Amino acid sequence: MSGIAITFMIIAMLTIWGGLAISLVNLSRNPEKHDDDVEPVTTGNE
Amino acid sequence: MSTPSLKKGAPLAEGKRETFSSRKLFILSAIGSAVGLGNIWRFPYVAYENGGGAFLIPYLVAILCAGIPLLFLDYSIGHRYRGSAPLAYRRASRKAEVLGWWQVLICFIIAIYYAAIIAWAAMYCWFSLTKAWDDNPDGAGAFFQSDFLQVAPEAGVSMDIVGGVFGPMLGVWLVAIIIMVAGVNKGISRANGFIMPLLIVMFLILVVQSVFLPGAVDGLNAFFTPNFEALSNPGVWAAAFGHIFFSLSIAFGIMVTYSSYMRRKSDLTGSGYVVAFANSSFELLAGIGVFAALGFMAYNANSAVSDVAASGIGLAFIAFPTIVSAAPFGSVIGVLFFGSLVFAGITSLISILEVIVAAFQDKLGWNRKAATLVVTLPVALVSMILFPTTTGLYLLDTMDAFVNQFGILACALVLVIVFGAGLGMLPRLAKHLNRHSSIKLGTAWMVLVGGVGPAALGYMLINEIQTKIAEPYSGYPVWFNGVFGWGMAGALIVGAVLLALVPWSKKSKLNDPEFAEHQKHVEAEELPDPVGKEY
Repeated sequence: MSGIAITFMIIAMLTIWGGLAISLVNLSRNPEKHDDDVEPVTTGNE
Repeated sequence: MSTPSLKKGAPLAEGKRETFSSRKLFILSAIGSAVGLGNIWRFPYVAYENGGGAFLIPYLVAILCAGIPLLFLDYSIGHRYRGSAPLAYRRASRKAEVLGWWQVLICFIIAIYYAAIIAWAAMYCWFSLTKAWDDNPDGAGAFFQSDFLQVAPEAGVSMDIVGGVFGPMLGVWLVAIIIMVAGVNKGISRANGFIMPLLIVMFLILVVQSVFLPGAVDGLNAFFTPNFEALSNPGVWAAAFGHIFFSLSIAFGIMVTYSSYMRRKSDLTGSGYVVAFANSSFELLAGIGVFAALGFMAYNANSAVSDVAASGIGLAFIAFPTIVSAAPFGSVIGVLFFGSLVFAGITSLISILEVIVAAFQDKLGWNRKAATLVVTLPVALVSMILFPTTTGLYLLDTMDAFVNQFGILACALVLVIVFGAGLGMLPRLAKHLNRHSSIKLGTAWMVLVGGVGPAALGYMLINEIQTKIAEPYSGYPVWFNGVFGWGMAGALIVGAVLLALVPWSKKSKLNDPEFAEHQKHVEAEELPDPVGKEY
């Protein structure tokens, strides 16, 4: 593979797979909230 | 892993709207819908044809400026108005209901031919074991057209059933109907929870095997070498926006429907970013796997990669069988490749069917099983009459081309105009998205959806109309394209208007007390501007 092709392969992997990794980290830092199916939970902090 | 123990509240009462039991299952199902045949057989060639490595730039711009913002529009409508596409749009504005039925009919057309391609892939999985196409002296292309599909010499409508396609199509519909009858949690969630990890593992093995084939490096070189001149071509940018739009299943009604099954306090934007980047990650992986394999094909034929590069049906059912025949452990490559097509296809098919099932379930107010059977059996019947025939390939080709452009694209354009400039709902929807989401949206999102969205979609639609008018699609007879292309696309709009005129019965979900409760909470959340730290 040529140098420029390798460079673009790495950039593509870093931006797209890196974007997925960052999105997953962001999601894991914001735990899933669970709302009551019947009554809303309005206790202030959740 | 689902977390049923965390589910709060009363057990699901009869007729109560289902919700995904966990965020993870929603994300897997949304990825299952987005990752379809196009990721595997379309993206690699689109990228290669439109600048190779340089395509990354318009591609990323398209994801961030149109793909993800429009995905959030779908999420916000489905989640805020908690209904299938027609019901959610109607709750937003009575006049918008017709757009929902337009999407339902678009999904009907896609479903009837999508099942045929999944059935072909399933058969090719089987053929890979014996390399059945080797028996035809004229090669894999002749095997596909003459031996397998037994394609009629001219485009038309034939009732000559091809047994080799009819059987597997019946199987595909059986599996799809069983999943659909089981519902959102027991059917769609479970199927995606099982299939998606399997698909990823299978595809990873395929890619690793492909990159070690002789000549693979030449394929990757062709795929990643940038052609910067392409960036000055507006067609390349349109290709990037068009590809992202179809790849993310935007404006099909699918994401509206799926997001209506999410809990009220869901992180919509955080989940959306994962779905969008997972979809692109899979595409990149597909690009590497496909072009490594095409590199081997060129090496084997002593030709250039540009001579063997192909997309769509030509790539899957002509190029790949040739690779399977020549490569070491070719049968393994075949089973993994066609198996991946089947799995990627079935998870997308069930999401397409869910748009139709949910719409009728809401309008009729029937239980899941009855509504599913009333919808899926006729859909399967039409599919089984039209596509396992000697003219199935022609119908599929024309219907696919026209429903994509004059169905999905046209409907998406109307949708962004209606919800943006027409109803002026973007500020309210942004507020809804921000309420429980980790990534907040502001004016930029509204500009992208209300401004960039219509401009990009309008440009693509005008281009397509010009192309399709200039010459008959695929060289088919004018009457054939007129009926199954233009006629079909027009009939979808007429059908949508008629369905929107049918009154909602008392049993329907229009006046669902559960939604009234949801609406109360949502509106309460929308009133005051969030002050300080969000909780």
